[in-house]
Amino acid sequence: MSVLELANISKHFGAIQAVNDVSFSLEAGEVVGLMGDNGAGKSTLVKMIAGNFHPSHGTMRLDGKELVLHKPAEARQHGIEIVHQDLALCNNLTAAANVYLGRELRRGFGPLRILDYGAMYKRAGQLFAELKSETRPRDLVKQMSGGQRQAVAIARTMLSQAKIVLMDEPTAAISVRQVAEVLNLIRHLRDQGIAVVLISHRMPDVFDVADRVIVMRRGRKVADKKIASSSPEEVTGLITGAIEQVA
Amino acid sequence: MAVTLDQTIAQKQHTFVSRLFANQTFWVVIAVILACLFLSVATDSFATSKNIFNITRNVTFVAIVALGMTFVIITGGIDLSVGSVLCLSSMVLAVTMHAGYSIEVGILASIATALAIGAFNGMLIAYLGFPPFVVTLGMLSVARSLAMVASNNTVVFQFGPDHQKLLALGGGAWVFGIANPVLYMIILALITGFILRLTKFGRHIFAIGGNEHAATLTGVPVKQIKVVVYMISALSAGIAGIIQTGWLGAVTTNLGNGMELQVIAATVIGGANLAGGVGTALGAVVGAALIEVIRNSLGLLGINAFWQGTFIGGAIILAVLFDRIRNFRRSD
Repeated sequence: MSVLELANISKHFGAIQAVNDVSFSLEAGEVVGLMGDNGAGKSTLVKMIAGNFHPSHGTMRLDGKELVLHKPAEARQHGIEIVHQDLALCNNLTAAANVYLGRELRRGFGPLRILDYGAMYKRAGQLFAELKSETRPRDLVKQMSGGQRQAVAIARTMLSQAKIVLMDEPTAAISVRQVAEVLNLIRHLRDQGIAVVLISHRMPDVFDVADRVIVMRRGRKVADKKIASSSPEEVTGLITGAIEQVA
Repeated sequence: MAVTLDQTIAQKQHTFVSRLFANQTFWVVIAVILACLFLSVATDSFATSKNIFNITRNVTFVAIVALGMTFVIITGGIDLSVGSVLCLSSMVLAVTMHAGYSIEVGILASIATALAIGAFNGMLIAYLGFPPFVVTLGMLSVARSLAMVASNNTVVFQFGPDHQKLLALGGGAWVFGIANPVLYMIILALITGFILRLTKFGRHIFAIGGNEHAATLTGVPVKQIKVVVYMISALSAGIAGIIQTGWLGAVTTNLGNGMELQVIAATVIGGANLAGGVGTALGAVVGAALIEVIRNSLGLLGINAFWQGTFIGGAIILAVLFDRIRNFRRSD
């Protein structure tokens, strides 16, 4: 059974049809590349899954149950995590503090519940080790490389039992070596049975790490096929419209 | 040898000493201590118990308000209304007690006034997106004017049946001869430090100052926290106002005039960053202490009082200079 199923999802803002009748499903442990030109509807689609927007038409099903989201916190409760394009990190805080931002661990009772620094450092350290990242829990994010920052943002999605991780352009602004690091992080999530949606403009990254590619153009899904049976040339054609649509 | 997970977790970026040296608050503490040592040797009047009593007590009013201001500044905001709020709270206390009510009622009314003003500031800033500078600048004017209205611009120096209690509250020295205001300051500083370092609320304040957008995206209740932060700032001004009323034994409508600038100076000297994300309770207290020691020493050394502003202004710029030098080195 699919983790997530979208059926005939549409979203319009006034007269603008941002997403038009899109259906697809996500399997556990699958990496899906979501590609398309600017304004193709990728972000709108992802924002509906993340609870930022409410679809105008269509239904979403999570583990077979209908999913209606009103705000991002609800998506998180359902095990849908998002890594934002700007990573949403606070430079003045440590890696561990950023991982736990908004869901800090505390100990003690009642009004005297204090932050549990030890437990947060420990768990954050374990997550970074799992991700095979060199990030250290006590380091300030301010002094980190792009790849380490990605690791912090990704570790955040592993705090709770995430089913789906949505990643918005994770490799857009980092060095070549760091891109390799991030792609490894994505493989790692996949190996744990998490479904990953990778929004990207970078063809090599998608062909490197994804199992399947979905291409959108002008709000419509124009392709949904296995990476193995596609090629960068074909996907480029689909994105630009040189190829109209494939099955 | 492989590095174990525990070693990685325990790894800190700096040793204790290197962190200390990179800390602005530490250098300000050193400056205060050196100044005190110098003055003890250079003058006969500095290290007298009477002068020390005076200094510590004078520090407290600015320090208490600076503690509240620290919360606001960490979120990246500013509260210019504290001096006027201090005056209005004092006046509400004075007028209420003058009218024959007990000290408890007076304090309650005074605290409620401060909290209401803080909530008003916070709501406009958090929910309507007003710039903090503008809202609190407006409130600076409004609160002082209300204080004048409440007292008809007269001096209040009779506080009804609980007159003596109020004077004892602010002017007494109940424990080991330490002035009461100093005790209040120490208690409030400990509470502030606790909140900033050990509570979820404190962590969220730093997150808002670091990256407000990120805090919102990760589910931090940014708007509510901002309102509370301005309420804390106004509350600290209200508490300082109550204590100062008891200490002075009289309230005029120019009480706390221009105090906002001293308070902001104290927090900045103590290491808080006006851009947000940085600040400590100790820094606020130490910053206030440095200002007061400078002021006191100029008097004792017989330097013309007109020079005060130059020295205090110089201290502000010097303190921030240290921070800049550190950042230059980092960005190279």
